[in-house]
Amino acid sequence: MIEGAKWRRWVYFYIPLGVFVLWLLFPFYWMLVTSVRPDRELYRPWMAPNYAPFWTAHPTLVHITDLLTETLFIRWMANTLFIAILSTVISLFCGLLAGYALSRLKFRFAGTLGTGIFITYLVPQTLLFIPLADIIRDFQLGDTPWALILTYPTFLIPFCTWLLMGYFKAIPRELEECARIDGATRWKAMLYIIFPIALPGILSAGIFAFTLSWNEFIYALVFLSSAEQKTVSVGVTSELVRGDVFFWGQLMAGALLGSIPVAFIYSFFVEHYVAGLTGSVKG
Amino acid sequence: MAVSDIVAQRVYAPAPRRSAATRLLEDERWLAAVLLLPTVILLGAFIAYPFAEGVWLSVTDARVGVPGSFVGLQNFVALLHDSIFRVAVWNTFVYTIVATIFKLALGLWLALLLNRNFKGKAFTRAFILLPFIIPTVLSTFAWKWMFDPTFSVINWTLFRLGLIHGRINWLGDPDLALISVIIVNVWRGVPFFAISLLAGLQTINPELQEAAAIDGARPWQRFWHVTWPLLLPVTMVVVLFSVIQTFADFQLVYVLTGGGPANATQLFATYAYQIGIGTGLLSQGAAVSLAMFPFLLLIVVVQLLYIRRVEVH
Repeated sequence: MIEGAKWRRWVYFYIPLGVFVLWLLFPFYWMLVTSVRPDRELYRPWMAPNYAPFWTAHPTLVHITDLLTETLFIRWMANTLFIAILSTVISLFCGLLAGYALSRLKFRFAGTLGTGIFITYLVPQTLLFIPLADIIRDFQLGDTPWALILTYPTFLIPFCTWLLMGYFKAIPRELEECARIDGATRWKAMLYIIFPIALPGILSAGIFAFTLSWNEFIYALVFLSSAEQKTVSVGVTSELVRGDVFFWGQLMAGALLGSIPVAFIYSFFVEHYVAGLTGSVKG
Repeated sequence: MAVSDIVAQRVYAPAPRRSAATRLLEDERWLAAVLLLPTVILLGAFIAYPFAEGVWLSVTDARVGVPGSFVGLQNFVALLHDSIFRVAVWNTFVYTIVATIFKLALGLWLALLLNRNFKGKAFTRAFILLPFIIPTVLSTFAWKWMFDPTFSVINWTLFRLGLIHGRINWLGDPDLALISVIIVNVWRGVPFFAISLLAGLQTINPELQEAAAIDGARPWQRFWHVTWPLLLPVTMVVVLFSVIQTFADFQLVYVLTGGGPANATQLFATYAYQIGIGTGLLSQGAAVSLAMFPFLLLIVVVQLLYIRRVEVH
């Protein structure tokens, strides 16, 4: 804690931290307030004398019910969930096997392959989306969830591999060797000895991968075209804005509800998520 | 039973049978090949192949539905003479550099604040990460609504505080638009910096701080001579990731301004999207995207070399 007078503690600690928290969280409060505010209050210019921004006297659920009944929002949520779960499972599977091989087996090109995977980790989606769109079309995957389920692993696998390699490296070799002396094959030792020990790492990687695929935008925007196929981010962006008209009540309700699944998972696994985040930047 | 019987039984008990596949997997090299196969296939099909395809597209005149033929470096030459492209390059650099500086400074400050013991620390830390985990597009819409010139809550607040007298058109004014976009990028990135740097701070032995304090070092000196050098390796990696993500950013600008007004917020990625997907000129769009590559490569190489140097010392 800060030594010295009380005012110093306020100036150097409470006030800056308070300002940070306010700044970082206010947009979410704003989403919430907007989504329950009736239109006649919503479209009152800020210059108007009766503009009361931070609360509403007449909360309404009309934006939320409109969103759920008059748009394909529920469909988009289901699409996103399906895509996020499948691409996470694929990436975890690949990442587990690759991470194990790269961290615990000796073979030629191990170093080269490890570096290669680290480099793909750094490739941003915006570098490849145009040729990928072309390839997706060639593979007849355009406008199907598989376009995303198969392409999301390109940024999830390197992440999972990298994170899990850290966990695998920390497991002592003797454990595996004991199992092998007792007659277990390499394969079984990996499956029954190493993977269970790395479970916290698997959980972290899975949660992080799930949120990453839930948040992905440009691939979903480019590879999907029909309204029924879209993910939440793309659906909200393209279907709730009609021409130049923004339906702010619905938009904010969509943003709020679309964030709930990630926020929900996050709230249960904060520690795992943070471990994934900090593990991902460990060299 | 005599001892010899037991020994004999052992000898004649059949060894556990192993199939050919199992025996093959006992060889480290074969096992490694099998384990890496799914990853190599997926990354090959959806990273290496598209990269090669992108390079090919950028030297043709392909459009959507038209395969196109080889035209050499014509697309890249055209980019050099394209004033919008030059604006986009300039904007991308300004966007990346300014946003990264602010993210690092504010993130470090926040990390130092969170590194203290106070009531509700875990709670605060969990909430602070929200901007980073909530889908960027969705939270960016909240900012777009907050920036709305007619209904802006920010304008109202500034007006009530007596800081402004007229309305501020955050996203519509070409001079302000890039600043507004940077503000949102910083907002989203600060939690990532703060939490990663906090993890780095927690690995630093507090006794070092105490020793420096006993030697009479002021708080600022303690930070600069003890904490900062130890934090540098983590900082460099965090900056590397952030710089790449910021340089290649798309969604923030797409939602807030679409690259406008008058290309004031046009970045590499938004311009590539506009040309490649918007107008269907695949080849030119691929060329714009690929033009990012040398810069990204340079960033990665420089930072990796620097990280290695920092780690050696």
